[in-house]
Amino acid sequence: MKTIVIGVIGADVHAVGNKIIEHVLTEQGYNVVNVGVLSTQEDFIHAAIETDADAIMVSSLYGHGEIDCKYMRENCVEAGIGKVKLYVGGNIVVGKQDFKEVEQRFKKMGFDRVYPPGTNIEDAIAHLREDLGE
Amino acid sequence: MSVHLLVDFGSTYTKLTAVDLEEERIVGTSKAMTTVKTNVLDGFNNAMDKLKNTHPDMKEITAISACSSAAGGLKMAAIGLVEELTVEAAKRACLGAGALVNTVFSHHLSRKEIKQLKNADIDIILLAGGTDGGNKECILHNAKKLADAKLSVPIIVAGNKDAQDEIEEIFEASNIEYYIVENVMPKLKQLNVKEAKEVIRQIFITKIIEAKGIKKAEEQTGEIIMPTPEAVLIAAELLAKGHEDVEGFGELMVIDIGGATTDVHTIGAGFPKRSEVIFKGLQEPFAKRTVEGDLGMRYSANALVSLVSPYEFKQYSSYQHDIGEAAKKRHENVDYLPESDEEKEFDRALAKICCDYSMSRHVGQVEVVYTPLGNMYYQTGKDLTDIRYVIGTGGVLINNENAKDILREVNQKSNKKLELRPTDPIFLIDQLYILSAMGLLGQKYPKLAIKLMKRHLE
Ligand code: B12
Repeated sequence: MKTIVIGVIGADVHAVGNKIIEHVLTEQGYNVVNVGVLSTQEDFIHAAIETDADAIMVSSLYGHGEIDCKYMRENCVEAGIGKVKLYVGGNIVVGKQDFKEVEQRFKKMGFDRVYPPGTNIEDAIAHLREDLGE
Repeated sequence: MSVHLLVDFGSTYTKLTAVDLEEERIVGTSKAMTTVKTNVLDGFNNAMDKLKNTHPDMKEITAISACSSAAGGLKMAAIGLVEELTVEAAKRACLGAGALVNTVFSHHLSRKEIKQLKNADIDIILLAGGTDGGNKECILHNAKKLADAKLSVPIIVAGNKDAQDEIEEIFEASNIEYYIVENVMPKLKQLNVKEAKEVIRQIFITKIIEAKGIKKAEEQTGEIIMPTPEAVLIAAELLAKGHEDVEGFGELMVIDIGGATTDVHTIGAGFPKRSEVIFKGLQEPFAKRTVEGDLGMRYSANALVSLVSPYEFKQYSSYQHDIGEAAKKRHENVDYLPESDEEKEFDRALAKICCDYSMSRHVGQVEVVYTPLGNMYYQTGKDLTDIRYVIGTGGVLINNENAKDILREVNQKSNKKLELRPTDPIFLIDQLYILSAMGLLGQKYPKLAIKLMKRHLE
């Protein structure tokens, strides 16, 4: 069973999507470790280490995702889990920006998959299967 | 059926408490020097003679229960993966079982750390790491290292369940004495120390007592059933919760200042009290104990004064002489008794520092996080601001005429605003020094133990 750490990063309290993601992933046969809302990078990373997670799915809804996610890949490398898959989604930046550019920026930060607002979590599951070789 | 005798083989004194079960009262207490180096029964018999002499009309003793912290108590090493998670969970299991945790390691054990473990004065190792189904690579690495090191102390394995079988094989092949128990953190942030604590107690009873030369006492006292600090924690929990129709005190704290360590026990959930405060980190045990090995009045006096600058020291005391000298005298002569007012003042200052520092380390902390949306508050550890009773125990406090004054150091402080310390508690002193005895008594007679504590804590 693959283990996925999920949560909402930074000072972000949007809790509804997080619960839905937990529900859907669990239903699809994943071991879901939910660090919940208001989580720091450290919370995600520590959880991933102890649970030997295969992927971390970061949600950010309130527009400050870019600041909150800065150096997350570097911090994973530093903590010895550099190979973990990093996904991010929600409303990761403020307002309507060209998503291609946003995606590029987050990919440069080391995220493997970057999702625009309104993405169905099912779409990401297809990517999970592919990336985790299921 | 009449008198139940409670015995505490302490590091310095062997203490007896005789309880009349029918009249529901404490008949008397007595103490004599603990004699582990020669024959532990000598000390016991001396205390017994004193008790009989002062209470010649005492009824027949029909049952005895004993606990011990003699010969250094129980010392443990805790090993886990992430410091804030399984390492912390492992530490809490040890502390809750009444151990002093003097060696702590996280992640992969290095050669240097193995060497440290070999040289350390420890009785048991607790090996954790990984949630169930989580990381097992690290705990396997550590198990192999421990096996290769051929350590002679028992190892309790309380980590990822998925690694158990392999660890069993590794330890079997190397003839390591090991015990496999439930994971101390089976799921993220979930604390599960019950089984680990039980096994620690079992090993303490069957092995450690013997190794320390205390086993002989059992000829007279029957089985020594737990380490003393665990008995104190049990007493505190009983007193807080009550039992059936005997009401408890509610949330409380016990602080025990000794020669080598300061123990703090709190009973209470300690959840955040304000809605804008978010709880972070590992689940807190309802009955929590912390031990500070560098905060003590005698053996640890040197370590203690090295923590505070001379300027800080003055905040606690008006002592005028050389602080280092005064500490050294106590460190080298652990039986030292102050006679002059000056020296008593120095002891008072040490006690205050023990109180203040151990409190800083025990209570939860609030951290302000400055976010794009304004300030947020994270709480780690317990919120103890509403704790109602703070109980002082241990020779230092009991024999000090300013005990409550010293205890006031636990209170909230203007220079430590982010610490969730008690605000306005009622202070009580364990004047008869009976808390550990009541923990023992409470195993069989919880209601009576609570009644006696309520009567005798002043
Ligand atoms: C309800 C709500 C709130 C509630 C939240 C209550 C709660 N505890 O959950 C409250 C009132 C508290 C709130 C506050 C704020 N909110 Co608001 N809020 C919303 C609202 C209306 C609905 C959010 C929701 O629950 N949606 C339903 C769930 C199911 O969808 P979801 O959260 O988007 O999650 C799904 C997908 O995004 C996706 N997904 C999410 N994460 C990930 C991750 C990956 C990897 C993948 C693949 C997919 C994925 O899957 C999820 C499940 O389907 C949205 C607008 C909207 N219609 O989306 C604004 C919105 C999210 N909020 C917004 C803002 C600005 C705020 C505030 C900053 C407002 C303020 N100035 O005070 C604060 C921030 C507070 C804080 N500290 O977080 C903006 C964000 C703008 C941006 N990013 O550019 C939005 C988009 C409104 C808007 N159009 O302006 N909000």
